[in-house]
Amino acid sequence: MWNFPLLPEAASTVATEIDAIWWVLVAVSIFFGAIIVVGLVYSAVRYRRGSKASRAGAMNDNLLLELSWSIIPLTIAMAIYVWSSKVFIDMHVAPPGAMEVYVVAKQWMWKIQHPEGNKEINELHVPVGKPVKLIMTSQDVIHSFSIPAFRIKQDVLPARYTTQWFEATKPGEYHLFCAEYCGTSHSGMVGRVVVMEEADYQNWLAGRRGADMMAGSGEKLFAEFGCQTCHRQDSGQRGPALDGLFGSIVTLSGGDKVAADADYLRESILNPGAKVVKGYQLLMPTYRNQLTPEQVNELVEYVKQLGGIKIGENKR
Amino acid sequence: MTTIKEPLRPDDYLNAGYGVKSWLLTLDHKRIAILYLISITFFFFVGGFFAVLLRIELMTPAGDIVTAETYNKLFTMHGIAMIFFFLIPSIPAVLGNFLVPMMIGARDLAFPRLNLFSWYLYNVGGLFTLYTMTTGGIDTGWTFYAPYSSSYTLSDPVPVVVGIFVLGFSSILTGLNFLVTIHKMRAPGLTWFRLPLFIWASYATSVIQVLGTPVVAIALVLLGFERLTGVGIFDPKIDGDPILFQHLFWFYSHPAVYIMILPSMGVVSEVVSCYARKKIFGYNAMAFAILGIAVLGFLVWGHHMFISGQSVYAGLVFSALSFLVAIPSAIKVFNWTATLYKGQIEFRTPILYAFGFIGLFTIGGLTGLFLASLATDVHLTDTYFVVAHFHYIMVGGAVMGYLAGIHFWWPKITGRMYNEAWAKFSALILFVGFNLTFFPQFILGYMGMPRRYYVYPEEFQVLNVMSTAGASILGLGYLIPMIYLTWSLRKPKTAGNNPWKATGLEWTTVSPPLTHNFDSVPTVTTEPYLYDDTDDASGSAGSAGSAGLAGLAGLDSSARAALPPHPKEVKRGRS
Repeated sequence: MWNFPLLPEAASTVATEIDAIWWVLVAVSIFFGAIIVVGLVYSAVRYRRGSKASRAGAMNDNLLLELSWSIIPLTIAMAIYVWSSKVFIDMHVAPPGAMEVYVVAKQWMWKIQHPEGNKEINELHVPVGKPVKLIMTSQDVIHSFSIPAFRIKQDVLPARYTTQWFEATKPGEYHLFCAEYCGTSHSGMVGRVVVMEEADYQNWLAGRRGADMMAGSGEKLFAEFGCQTCHRQDSGQRGPALDGLFGSIVTLSGGDKVAADADYLRESILNPGAKVVKGYQLLMPTYRNQLTPEQVNELVEYVKQLGGIKIGENKR
Repeated sequence: MTTIKEPLRPDDYLNAGYGVKSWLLTLDHKRIAILYLISITFFFFVGGFFAVLLRIELMTPAGDIVTAETYNKLFTMHGIAMIFFFLIPSIPAVLGNFLVPMMIGARDLAFPRLNLFSWYLYNVGGLFTLYTMTTGGIDTGWTFYAPYSSSYTLSDPVPVVVGIFVLGFSSILTGLNFLVTIHKMRAPGLTWFRLPLFIWASYATSVIQVLGTPVVAIALVLLGFERLTGVGIFDPKIDGDPILFQHLFWFYSHPAVYIMILPSMGVVSEVVSCYARKKIFGYNAMAFAILGIAVLGFLVWGHHMFISGQSVYAGLVFSALSFLVAIPSAIKVFNWTATLYKGQIEFRTPILYAFGFIGLFTIGGLTGLFLASLATDVHLTDTYFVVAHFHYIMVGGAVMGYLAGIHFWWPKITGRMYNEAWAKFSALILFVGFNLTFFPQFILGYMGMPRRYYVYPEEFQVLNVMSTAGASILGLGYLIPMIYLTWSLRKPKTAGNNPWKATGLEWTTVSPPLTHNFDSVPTVTTEPYLYDDTDDASGSAGSAGSAGLAGLAGLDSSARAALPPHPKEVKRGRS
């Protein structure tokens, strides 16, 4: 109860940038708030009914005054808009080479998958000083993955990926909250983010490693579900080959072009009819009710590493 | 309500009929306003009761007095009761109903039967929703986000959605009624730029009600439809799109905030001008600011969705438009302040509430910048910062404005004067209690405490205890006016026709007004707010009010003759 901080911890690169905007906004608010309060109190006291103060020159209109208290706030607002928007855009573009971690949300827990095969529940271990990109989806309702100490938050939606990234600056433990109301135990859908020194992190990875890397599990699923019967270079014309697919531009049967990103792969597995590649028939059945979200993530991770990148040689 | 001791004056609207039937079948806009006043006060205390339970539960980090499920139902029902059943109808349905025809010199609203029908729709929707709340309730939050509401919640949102759907028509029809009335029934000479700003605000509010409410009705119908039939609209498991629901919901529910705040701005303009004895500063800018807020209000709904998965580009556009709303809002606050400058300010209860409005709305507006700004919104959205921000606007702003209006027009509505000392005391209590309740929540939000949390980490407890303590003061502040306003009804109707010596047509008729409002159709020859009678000691009470309102002299003097002079007016005839 007497643990009573008034400022939140700032433990990511973006936290200091957002705090800077916050404090400027606080200053702007105090400035304009003070103008109003001083104006009200001054008038209320000096021009109270019956006071002797001169009312000569009382105004009902003054274009210059009105323009100035429209244009000055507008200018300040637009300056903050541009600054804040720039930070917002940066928050949405992960630096190339950011390590990737998958998040699956469900009522009411967070399931984390590291490409190395480590799995966690309601905990996220990350190294300090390295950009980390979260690739997130929900298996039921909308959740929101929020780490106040990092000043980041992003809704996690069913049936698609949303992403956010951060670079932690201080080792320590931080709150992880679900910020979008998701039902009875919404306030129990919390956990902790553990930021570790690189060496500690490597130890943690090694000590808790699962049997397979994510891509390895994906490769097994690829075989188990018979994907290779259509999606191999040597499998004829039934399905497009997947080598080198990730990150390329795909032309669809309607002539549209899409980037083959994680969301595209995920959609093509779960809803193959949504985007059919040019020159192919829609032969593929949906795997919507056969794969868990974690398994879809593993398949995506596998396909991602077909071709250009070898399995096991992650981008970190 | 008619415990009358003074001799009957059969010509005032309160005496126009007795018995339940004369009220429940009345077509008089003033009586319908009273009916609404009773209904919305009931729902205000229902919503307030839920808030009390929420605040008590939040005194400790652990769950104690209710279960998580009950807590979730409580904040849902608090939101639904306060927003749909109190705030949205508050000023329009009570003060608007009473004042719109009177301020424009009309006999009634354009469609009196539709007006009564709206009240019945309101009650059918409200009581049905209340019934479903007490027999199970729902736990979706007042925002009903899909797919939780459409596919996952164990409670049943369909009856509640039906109740709100019915109630929505009450809002649409009231808006329609006001629009037609303001367009077609203004007194001769009452041109658009001679309208009181309260009429401008009511007009803009009505436009939002008519254009916005159908969209939330559509969203709620689709939600119920998906839930009942399993046809995929919002749930991706059956090929729906959950973001679509948020777009439809906020397309109404953001402008709905302006349904709450614009009428309050109208009230504050009337009150500030009257007690400063000064024409409102920059009338044209004030009128255009109201319209500007109403129009821009329709273009900013996406700022509720910056982290929802909406595209970054959409976020950039919605953020810019949201910042723009700050400008007309700033103009209004500056212009009220400038109106007071070099005025003759008299500290009566209504202007104390209006001061409260200006101060709290300013804080609410400025903290809105933190949420319009994209990067800071990421951290602050869905936290207690948002809770604090919208309570500053909707309670600190809208409810303070509503109370300012109730106190300002109470002598006109009832013919009675309330106890001024108690009224000033309650204004002070409310201001202190409000800030103590909600200011700590700004800090809680910046600290990162998410909203709608039943249990929370213990470092947030001190601020939560402060907030609960403030809420107990705030609750008291709402009970006191209930008591002294009700008590005032025991007094004789001696408030006088124009106790504040205000301008405006409503003050030129007797208090309480006649059923037909005016004996002869008033003619307006001047602009509003001609208070520049800085020589307050002129002694002729009421002359300020009717100055420039030609054609009313007869009515004013004859109505006045029927009344004993108000003691205050006699006293003030001096110095």
